Amino acid sequence: MRTWLAKRRGWVITAIVLLLVAGGGVVWQAVTAPPGHTTEDARLTVLSGPGRDEPVELDTTLYVPASTPAPAVLLAHGFGGTKDSVRESAEKLAGQGYVVLAYTARGFGNSGGEVHLNQPDYEVNDARALLDWLSRRSEVELDRAGDPRVAAVGGSYGGALSLLLAGYDQRVDAIVPQITWNDLAASLFPNNVVTDDPGPFGVGEPHQGVLKKSWAGLFFATGMGRGPTPNPACGRWAADICAVYQRIVASGELDDEARAVMAKASPKSVLDRISAPTLLVQGEADTLFGLDQADANARGITGAPVRVAWYSGGHDAQGAEADRNRVELLTGQWLAHYLKKEGDAPGGSFTYSTVTGIRNQQLDMSTLGYKADSYSGLSGASSQKVDLAGRPQAIASPPNGTPAAISSLPSLGSLASLAGSAGVGLDLPGQFAAYESEPLSAPLEITGAPTVRIKAASPTGEATLFVKLYDVPDNGNPTLPNGLIAPVKLTGLATDIAQAQPIEVRLPGIAQRFDAGHRLRVVIATADQAYANPVEPVTYTVVVDGPVTAPTVTASLLPSEDAIWQIALVVVLVAIPAGILIAWLTVRYRARRRVRNLVEADAETPLVVAGLRKTYKDGFVAVDGVDFRVERGQVVGLLGPNGAGKTTTLRTLMGLLQPTSGSLTVFGHQVTPGAPVLSRLGALVEGPGLLPHLSGVDNLRLFWRATGRPIEEAHLDEVIKIADLGERIHRKVRTYSHGMKQRVAIAQAMLGLPELLVLDEPTDGLDPPQIAEMRRVLHEYARDGRAVLVSSHLLAEVEQTCTHVVVMSRGRVVGAGEVADVIGTGTGARLEDAFLNLVENVGKDS
Amino acid sequence: MTVTTARADGGAAGYSPGRTLTFGTEFRRQLTRRRTQWTLALLALLPVVLLLAFKIGGDGESGGNDGSFAAMADLGTAGAANFTLFAMLVSSTFLMVVVFAMFCGDTVAGEASWGSLRYLLAVPVPRGRLLSVKLAVALAYCVLAMTVLTGMSLLVGGIVYGWGPLRAPLGGEVASPEAIWRVLAVAGYLTVTLMVVAGLAFLLSVLTDAPLGAVGGAVLLYIVSNILDAVTALGDLRDVLPTRYTTAWLGLLSPEAQTDDMVRGIVVALVYGAVFASAAFWRFTRKDVTS
Repeated sequence: MRTWLAKRRGWVITAIVLLLVAGGGVVWQAVTAPPGHTTEDARLTVLSGPGRDEPVELDTTLYVPASTPAPAVLLAHGFGGTKDSVRESAEKLAGQGYVVLAYTARGFGNSGGEVHLNQPDYEVNDARALLDWLSRRSEVELDRAGDPRVAAVGGSYGGALSLLLAGYDQRVDAIVPQITWNDLAASLFPNNVVTDDPGPFGVGEPHQGVLKKSWAGLFFATGMGRGPTPNPACGRWAADICAVYQRIVASGELDDEARAVMAKASPKSVLDRISAPTLLVQGEADTLFGLDQADANARGITGAPVRVAWYSGGHDAQGAEADRNRVELLTGQWLAHYLKKEGDAPGGSFTYSTVTGIRNQQLDMSTLGYKADSYSGLSGASSQKVDLAGRPQAIASPPNGTPAAISSLPSLGSLASLAGSAGVGLDLPGQFAAYESEPLSAPLEITGAPTVRIKAASPTGEATLFVKLYDVPDNGNPTLPNGLIAPVKLTGLATDIAQAQPIEVRLPGIAQRFDAGHRLRVVIATADQAYANPVEPVTYTVVVDGPVTAPTVTASLLPSEDAIWQIALVVVLVAIPAGILIAWLTVRYRARRRVRNLVEADAETPLVVAGLRKTYKDGFVAVDGVDFRVERGQVVGLLGPNGAGKTTTLRTLMGLLQPTSGSLTVFGHQVTPGAPVLSRLGALVEGPGLLPHLSGVDNLRLFWRATGRPIEEAHLDEVIKIADLGERIHRKVRTYSHGMKQRVAIAQAMLGLPELLVLDEPTDGLDPPQIAEMRRVLHEYARDGRAVLVSSHLLAEVEQTCTHVVVMSRGRVVGAGEVADVIGTGTGARLEDAFLNLVENVGKDS
Repeated sequence: MTVTTARADGGAAGYSPGRTLTFGTEFRRQLTRRRTQWTLALLALLPVVLLLAFKIGGDGESGGNDGSFAAMADLGTAGAANFTLFAMLVSSTFLMVVVFAMFCGDTVAGEASWGSLRYLLAVPVPRGRLLSVKLAVALAYCVLAMTVLTGMSLLVGGIVYGWGPLRAPLGGEVASPEAIWRVLAVAGYLTVTLMVVAGLAFLLSVLTDAPLGAVGGAVLLYIVSNILDAVTALGDLRDVLPTRYTTAWLGLLSPEAQTDDMVRGIVVALVYGAVFASAAFWRFTRKDVTS
C-alpha cells in the first residue's frame, strides 16, 4: 500500500486537492442549505362543497420547523402542479421558522375531487378547512382559538387561491399571490380597448375579448390530469366547468354563464373584502397573466397594505436568478413582519427590473433591479409622448387566422420570451401596418403600459386587431418586449377610415429600456397564432391617431444583493498578498537561522559524508550508512556497480534529495536543498541539462546569469578552453553530438571554478585524446586546494586519474583510501582485481 | 587558479540567494524558446486571420440561434471594440486556456525534462525562489499573451472597422472611450478567470516531469469542469465550479455594466488559483527531485 502510494504520489496529491475542492463544494452546499425541519405526509379528509359537508381527500405535507409553535404558511401550487412542485419553497420557508402546509389541490395529483377552477364552494372551502385543521395543530401559533396565525402563499392558480381565500376567510393574516389573475375572463378574453378611465376593463358592458386560445387550450389540457380517465372529454375537470370551456372555445365568445363561473373564480369579486396585507408579485415575461392583472388587484384591495413587485420571470420565463432572489427576500420580509411581527413594516415601495443582457452561456438573463418610492400603477408616475409617423393602410385578416404571426410560444418557458427578443415575432406581409417614431434623442425607460390611439375601419363594422410595440435599433433586429401584444375586439366601426372614431388602446405593461438612437414602432396587425382569429377573411383600414404615451417611473437602482461575494472578494484580495508576505517572511527567517549551522572542525574539508542513509518512498534503501571524506587537493573516484548508490549520493550532495538520516557537509556546512554552500560546488550528474534551443555558449552565459554572480567570477573563456569546445560552441545544442554535449556540461560544472567539482561519468562520449586531456585537467584542477569527486565505471580510467577511491556496493562503502592502498587489498596489480574482490565480498556477506 | 573566499553562510563570494535566477533572467530564458515566440506571434496574427475570415465570408446569414455566440459574431464587424470582443470570445473558450496552461504547465516540467532543473537547484536557486520566479514569469507571459491578443485586435479592428461605439448583443451601445475601457476590463477579467487553469497547470508542472502531461491535464480538468457545469442536476453546487463564471464578462456589454457575476468569478478563480499554487509550493519545497 505504501509503495503503491509512493509510486503514484503525483496523482494522489492531485486527487487530494480535487477532493478538498469538492469537499469545499459540499460544505458550501451544507452551509447554504436551509436549517433542519421535519415533514409529515398525510391524506386529510376535509369537509367542503357549497354546504361544507362534502368530504374530499387532500394529499398534504406538513413541514415543521425546529422551533414551535410557529406561524403557519399555507402553500398552494400552480395549475397542474402538486404539493411536490412547491417542495423547495416549503423547505426554505420551514428553514425560516414557519410551519408550512403544502397540499395538492383537488383534482390534481393524489388528491381527490375534481377541478373547479378556484370556485369559492370548492377550492376555497378546501383551503378554509385546511385553516381549521392548522388551528388544531399544536405546532401552529394561534391568534385566538380556531384562528391560526397564517399566511397564504402561491403562484398562478395558487396565487388566485390565496387572494380568494383572504377574501372569504378573515383569519388569513398575510398573502403573497404571485403571477396570478384578477379577472379570469379578462385574462383569457383580453380586450385592451380603454373604455373607462383608469382601467382598461370597463364595467357595465358585458366583457367581450379575443380568446387567448393557445393558453386556454394548454390550461384545459393540464386540468385533464395524467393517465387514463373515465371521461375522455373532461378528464378531472368538474362537469359544469368543462361544459363552459367547450362552449366558449367552440364559439370564441363569452356567454353569461361563462362570465358568472369565471367571476366567481376571480379575485376581482372579493378584493374589497381583503384585510390581509398583500404582496403582489407579477412577472414581466407573462403572456398569460400580464402586469395589468396585478395592477387591477393592487387597485382593488383597499382594506389592507399592498405592495407590488415585478420581476423578469412569469409564465413565459423563469426570470433572472437575482430577480428570483429579490422576490424571495421580499416575501421573507413580508411574512416576517406580518406573521412573526419581526422587522420594520415593509412599506409600499415598488421594485421591478429590466432585462439588460445575457449573463452567461446558459442564457440566464441579466437584469437591473430598480426601486421606486411607491407604486404608481400602469400609467406610471409621469409619461412622455413619442410621435409616430405613418399613413392609413389596408391590412388583411386571413381566413381562420391562417397564416398568423407568432408573437409568443406559450408553455415553452423561457423560449417564449426569447422568441420575441430574437426577432421571431415578425409580422406577416399584408397583415400589418407599422408606424415608427424618430430615433430617440435620450434613452426612454418605459415602466407601465403605454397607450396609443388608433382608428380602424371595417366593411363588417367589426375588427379583431393586435397592437404591438417594438424596440427598433438603428441596425439589428427589432424586438418585441417579452412577446407581449395587445388584442382589441372592436364593434360598431365605420366602413370608411375618414369617418372612423379614435380608439384608445392600452399596450401590455412592460419594464423596458429603449436606448437613445432606437425607434419606437407601433404595429397594428390582424392575426396571431396565440389567439382565436376571425373565420371570414376581411380587409381593414387602420392608422394610428397621435403619439404613444409612454409611462415612466422615477426609480433608483437597487443595490447589489451579492454583498457576500463582494466581501469575499475583498477578503481574497487581502488574504492572497498577506499569505505571500507571511510565506516570504517565514522563508527569510529560516534562512537566517541556517547561517549558524556550521561544523567548525570540517570547515576546510570540501566534503564529509557521515552515516548517510536514503530510503525512497517506495521502501527501497538506495544508500545505507555511507561514510567518506574528500580533502582539498584530492581527486576522489567513486566506484561501484550499477545500483551501488553512487547517483543517490551525488544527488543528495546537490541538495536534490533529502537524506533519511546521516549528514553531508560541504566545507562544514550541512547540505540541505538550496543551502548557499552549494554555490561552491559544481556538478555534472546523470548527463547534461542544457537548453536545446540555445547555443553552447549561450547556455553557459544564461546558466551563469541564473547564479546571479558577477560575470568575471565565471572564468568563461578559461573554462571553454579547458573543455576544448572550439567553434561549434556557437551552434545550437540540439545539433551537438553526445560527446560535445558532455563537454559543454563539464564546462558548465566548472563555471566559476568551484572548490568542489563533482563529475558523474565525465568521460562518457569523449574520444581517447579528449579523455587523456580530461585526466590532465582534473589533476591540474585539484592542485590549488580544490577537490574533485569523480564517479565512474571505467576502473582503468579511475586508476589513472584519481588520487583516492571510494568503492561502493549495494548502498555501502566497501573500500576507501589511496588508489595504491585499495589495489593492495586485491589479489592482482590492477584496481579492477581489488574492485571485483571488494564487491564480491559484499555479495557473500549478505 | 585561486580559491575564492566564502561567505558566512557558506556561499561563494559573489553568491547571494536573492540574486539567483532573477525575473529578468527567467524571462529571457523563456523568451528564447521557439514555443514562446510562436505563441505570441500566433496571438498577434489571430485578429488578422479573423479579419480575413470576415472579409472572405462576407455577410452570410448566421445559421440558427446560438444565443450569445451568434449575436457576438453578427456584431463582430461593428467596430474595434466589438471586433476585439469577438476575438476574445472565440479564443477564451479554448485557445487561451491552452496558452495559459502551456505557459504555466511547461515552466517547471520543461526544465525537468531537459535535465536543467537539477543544475538550477544546485546553483543553488532556493526552491521557493525558483518556483516564485517561474510562476511570476509564467503569469507575466499569460498577461502578455492576453495583451497581445487584445492590443492587436483593437488595432486591427480600429483600422478596418473604425472606433465606433460598442454594440451589445441584446441592444444598447456604449460610447467610444468607455467602450475601450470595457474591452480592457473584459480582457482583465478573462485573465483572472484563467488563473484557475494557470494554477492547476503550475501544480501539475511541479508534480510531473512531462510538460505535455501538465498542460494536457490542466486543459482536461478545465473541460471536465465545463461539462459538469452543463449538468443542471448539480444545482447550486455548480456555483463553485471553476468554469461557472467564465462568460460573466457578457455583463460588461450592457449599457449599465453588470458586475455581480464577475465578482463571483474573480473570487472563485483567485481562490482556486491560490489553492493550486499553494499546493505546488508545498509539494515542491518538500519533494525529492529525481529528474
